[in-house]
Amino acid sequence: MKVLVTVKEVAEVGDDFSIEGTEVAESDLEYDLNEWDDYAIEAAVQLAEAGIADEVVGVTIGPERSEETIRMALAKGVDRAVRVWDDAFEGQFADVESKVDVFEAVVDDEDPGLVLSGVQASDDAFGATGVALAERIGFEHAAVVNDLAIDEDAAVANVHRELEGGIEELTEVDLPAVLTVQTGLNEPRYASLRGIRQAQRKEIAVADLADLGLSADDVASALTLTSMYEPESESDAEMIEGDAGETATRLAEVLRAKGVDA
Amino acid sequence: MTDVLAVAEHRRGELRDVSYEIVTAGRELADALDGDLHLAVIAGNVDRFADDLDRPGVDTIYTLENGEEFDHNAYQSAVETLLARTDAGAVLMPNSVNGLDYAPALAESYDLPLVTDATGFAYDDGLTVTREMYGSKVETTVDVAGDRFALTIREGEWEATEGVGDAVIESVDADHPDSGARVQGFEEVAGGDVDISEADVLVSVGRGIGEEENLELVEELADALGATLSASRPIVDNGWLEKNRQVGQSGKVVTPTVYIAVGISGAVQHVAGMKGSETIVAINTDPNAPIFDIADYGIVGDLFDVVPELIAQFE
Ligand SMILES: Cc1cc2nc3c(=O)[nH]c(=O)nc-3n(C[C@H](O)[C@H](O)[C@H](O)COP(=O)(O)OP(=O)(O)OC[C@H]3O[C@@H](n4cnc5c(N)ncnc54)[C@H](O)[C@@H]3O)c2cc1C
Ligand SMILES: Nc1ncnc2c1ncn2[C@@H]1O[C@H](COP(=O)(O)O)[C@@H](O)[C@H]1O
Repeated sequence: MKVLVTVKEVAEVGDDFSIEGTEVAESDLEYDLNEWDDYAIEAAVQLAEAGIADEVVGVTIGPERSEETIRMALAKGVDRAVRVWDDAFEGQFADVESKVDVFEAVVDDEDPGLVLSGVQASDDAFGATGVALAERIGFEHAAVVNDLAIDEDAAVANVHRELEGGIEELTEVDLPAVLTVQTGLNEPRYASLRGIRQAQRKEIAVADLADLGLSADDVASALTLTSMYEPESESDAEMIEGDAGETATRLAEVLRAKGVDA
Repeated sequence: MTDVLAVAEHRRGELRDVSYEIVTAGRELADALDGDLHLAVIAGNVDRFADDLDRPGVDTIYTLENGEEFDHNAYQSAVETLLARTDAGAVLMPNSVNGLDYAPALAESYDLPLVTDATGFAYDDGLTVTREMYGSKVETTVDVAGDRFALTIREGEWEATEGVGDAVIESVDADHPDSGARVQGFEEVAGGDVDISEADVLVSVGRGIGEEENLELVEELADALGATLSASRPIVDNGWLEKNRQVGQSGKVVTPTVYIAVGISGAVQHVAGMKGSETIVAINTDPNAPIFDIADYGIVGDLFDVVPELIAQFE
């Protein structure tokens, strides 16, 4: 069984940042592998190590810069990767549907038996791509999976879905399926030096829309980002100023006034 | 004129709070669209749920018997049945864990643009949704093309609608598709030795602590204050503390007298579990950390400087 993992390079905002138009200034952004995808990668690599997956393929929609992140996935044990990018994506706020158009085409090419995706991308946090993809390609699915066992003979995945309030739903999902992986599912490995060396020789196939048989119209987004601003604070917190000693003294006063004292 | 279809949510025999909140959000949207508000109640004790949800502003409640608990295929086909029947152009669903499990599939199959985790919206020739990005560090507005769409709303963001309404309650036959995802049961995460929801004072530690061995420092603080130690999710994911210490959407909801967040950014799923605390203190190096938006007292500083000083104050 081939396992396809969607891997996103996410942007993270530094402590100080400024907003230019509808974007955070490029110099205030740092890029990293999406936390949820790190767990999805680990799950896929563990399936390969258990002999259940015969190949793990990573797929991303991202500009050339994202290859650094994709290399990280390869260094952790993903066998090869597909990176899709096109001028049509430049500067647009991609909606879920347009990403699904791309992933559908990749699924057609790769024919995986299992797709692992993250619950959400930490930057725009739609929390939707995996489940929408499942619907499009006719796979079953389960969202927010924090425990996973594949039963190849029965062609099912036995998963736990982590619900609110510390309750888990135990569900049997027919394969092929798309699962959206929750953090805590496993312990993502660090890339070893050997892994990093090997990753340099692994393939990242680059495709544009035409290569996938798609056009810019297919991926036109129904959404437009029209403004971005810092949220208004809901409380008027007393910000305690001073050096560590001064702030601790003031905070101790406050806490004692609230009745805190061992 | 566009009608709105909002979908209620329940678990193990109880409506979840968001079901009452979605009535409020749904009415707001229906007013903006000059349409009716229909409410879908799917699976479980639908008659009792419909009675509970008959609140001011709801025009019609459709009940669809379809098993006891949530099943995404049953929900999706039920909503599709109702969309065909009511001609509603806007679907409103909770951005809950179960919402994440069917809303995107529904939007995809019905070819509706989807915006998730809305914290507000306005309609003026078109829908504009307010939502956050980058772990709540920025807020954005997103315009949606066209006048049919699917929207999921953040839990706890709208007030619940109270009172008794005069909705028409109608039972609708649902398809019972053989589901390829079958719920086998539920499991409650082990109780453990402490109940953080009982604690009066919580010292709560987040990823800012960096390394497992640094946990000693916050343990010392908790001891000095006579407080109980709790944590954000990454600390538990890393296996540094037991799951029963986790505060948040998927952990415990806590309402202590004092909650001290140490190196916690204040992600929405964390805040969901602690915003009811009487006094919230935050210690964080990042002046823009969203935790400061809900804090009563804030210190912008390095926990490794501040916490030892604070311990000294109580020794
Ligand atoms: C479905 C779902 C359910 C979830 N449920 C939960 C839940 O129940 N509970 C939960 O907590 N999360 C939950 N999350 C995860 C949540 O989205 C966040 O990822 C998580 O809360 C972040 O934890 P954190 O604040 O500790 O880490 P981060 O967001 O990484 O924040 C660390 C903070 O520490 C600060 N810091 C760094 N170094 C220092 C220092 N030396 N001194 C002081 N401050 C420092 C940083 O400025 C930063 O603000 C859930 C997510 C999803 C998708
Ligand atoms: N541009 C992208 N490239 C690769 N994977 C993506 C991309 N966008 C979303 N995904 C995947 O979909 C998951 C959910 O993302 P989202 O629905 O955007 O919150 C992520 O964890 C990724 O696995």
